[in-house]
Amino acid sequence: MSGMRLLIIEDDAEAATYLVKAFREQGHIADHATDGVDGYARAEAGDYDVLIVDRMLPKLDGLSLISSLRAQNVETPALILSALGQVDDRVKGLRAGGDDYLPKPYAFSELLARVEVLSRRRNAGAAEQTVYRIADLELDRLSHKLTRAGKEIPLQPREFRLLEYLMRNAGKVVTRTMLLEHVWDYHFDPQTNVIDVHISRLRSKIDKGQDTPLLHTIRGAGYMIRDGAR
Amino acid sequence: MALGKLFRTTAFKLALVYSLVFAAAAWIVVANVARNVRQVLEDQIAETVDADIRGLVDLYAQGGVRRVMEAVERRVKNPGSDIYLVTTFNGDPIVGNIAALPPAALDQSGLVETPYERPGDKAAVRRAMLRIYTMPGGFRLLVGQDIEEREKLRRVMGRSLTSSLGWLILIGAVGGLFVARRVLMRVDAMSDTSRSIMAGDLSRRLPTDGSGDELDRLAGNLNAMLGRIEALMKGVKEVSDNIAHDLRTPLTRLRNKAEAALSGASAPDEQRSALQEVIAESDELIRIFDALLLIARAESGAGPLMERLDAAAVARDVGELYDVSAEEQGGRLTVAVDDRLFVRANRELLAQALSNLVDNALKHGVAVPDGAPDLALEARREGRRIRLVVSDRGPGVPPEDRARVLERFVRLEQSRSQPGSGLGLSLVAAIARLLGGELKLEDNAPGLRAVLDLPAADDPTQSAMR
Repeated sequence: MSGMRLLIIEDDAEAATYLVKAFREQGHIADHATDGVDGYARAEAGDYDVLIVDRMLPKLDGLSLISSLRAQNVETPALILSALGQVDDRVKGLRAGGDDYLPKPYAFSELLARVEVLSRRRNAGAAEQTVYRIADLELDRLSHKLTRAGKEIPLQPREFRLLEYLMRNAGKVVTRTMLLEHVWDYHFDPQTNVIDVHISRLRSKIDKGQDTPLLHTIRGAGYMIRDGAR
Repeated sequence: MALGKLFRTTAFKLALVYSLVFAAAAWIVVANVARNVRQVLEDQIAETVDADIRGLVDLYAQGGVRRVMEAVERRVKNPGSDIYLVTTFNGDPIVGNIAALPPAALDQSGLVETPYERPGDKAAVRRAMLRIYTMPGGFRLLVGQDIEEREKLRRVMGRSLTSSLGWLILIGAVGGLFVARRVLMRVDAMSDTSRSIMAGDLSRRLPTDGSGDELDRLAGNLNAMLGRIEALMKGVKEVSDNIAHDLRTPLTRLRNKAEAALSGASAPDEQRSALQEVIAESDELIRIFDALLLIARAESGAGPLMERLDAAAVARDVGELYDVSAEEQGGRLTVAVDDRLFVRANRELLAQALSNLVDNALKHGVAVPDGAPDLALEARREGRRIRLVVSDRGPGVPPEDRARVLERFVRLEQSRSQPGSGLGLSLVAAIARLLGGELKLEDNAPGLRAVLDLPAADDPTQSAMR
């Protein structure tokens, strides 16, 4: 598994050091810029997979930085970190050209999962496939059919969307909030274990009575669909 | 000191200026009338005198000076007669009722006003208006009218007018003073009260007299403002008290777990799980802060962007999100949502409010612990309102507690054992207020009916067609 090249643009030295260290432990290459201007120069020059941009930065704020990059046709995926966790701030961040938005404080596992999903290099081609395959599980996105070992499994529309998102990001951790965002298109904190209940339903449909479970719970982080045999 | 303040008041200055202006106007009117009356009287005297002279001149033409003197002699015998005098060409009086006259008066022509003396009444100098006519032969005929009475009247009128003006100004000023003082006293009372309010006694209110005048309305409005400020202050104080109190529990748990993880005796596995619990506790704290922040923002009215959206779609989404949770607990969530329920709202906030209500019903809306939830999520239009209703068949909330459970951190005794921060319903109530509606808790007999009552946002294209 090849590591990603990440650029962390964050003025809080302690937070940045922690992130750089944590990403390196995960096998990624992480650079660090301390202000908006430095970050812009590096992002424009360097070949990064994902930019992690703090919203409030000295010299050039995070949103302006991203919209400037987009104006220069630099399309590197950008994740915005912000202490402003309100509903409107996310909209503003995405409107400026950000690809994802994570309010502070966040769990590193959440950030890691989101960055991995954003990464262009590791996503290559996945979105365009019409059939997703994991081991003997096959999801046809055109006919909305799911089969496991050749046997058709009926799915409700939301179960289909849930599984589609998991399979598009097969081998990567997806968190509960990511599922709520992409399957239901809501960003609030549902507080109870609603997502877990949906997952356990889905799991009973695809994994029940099978020798190798495909839908895994990643403790403290979220879920992942992968070929257990591999 | 108080008088000085009185003189500085606007009311007093206005009263003074008004009484002065009125006095000046009154003076101008009276003076004008007096001048005109005087003119009319003078014209009348001149006419009478001229007619008299013409008559006497006729007599002269008939019988010479003798006839004139006889006529004059006859006339002056009548008491209160006009004034007559016939003199020789060098001014010596021959006959008449004038004892003395300023010598220069005889040489003037036209109507003359002059002092004179009557015979037998030497002390009294009177005023007369007279005309001199020189008859052929140098005899001079003087005919006039006494105007002493008129002068007296004029003086009396002048004096009374002057004193009236004085009274007018005095009464006006005193009246102004009285009014100013009354207003001043009320303003002073208001300002005294506001000083004591500023000093920290927010329960004080400005005095009102119920008269409904400007000052009373002002005091009423200020009181309403004070009421709002007091409620807000009370809210802030309660919240800070509650935060201090309610955050102690999770913070203590957090601290205990961190200590447990540190203690050398525990195995690496235990340390790991203790640290995970530490993270879970801090996540819970963050969640509480987020909810408090959202409530605070909603209550200050600084909400996010609002748009016209279909609440039915949001209600169906939330229903779809939670129905499996109800089934998982062996119960059900019945969703009955009408079509096209447009409101002005923010999709995220509305969904959060509804999911809080459903979440609340799942946690507290079951009849017995570990019982099966029987919940309903309904959405429909009633007149100009959109009602989003989440109902359960659980123990419900007693009527006396319904207002209280909407407050921050309030948790009823029976639900203390359940997880939760006591912020869920407060958040829904705050969001409802932000969206221009309200959250009502009703009896579902048995159970709780939580009604999110929002104003409908009409379709602009539809209303245009109507």
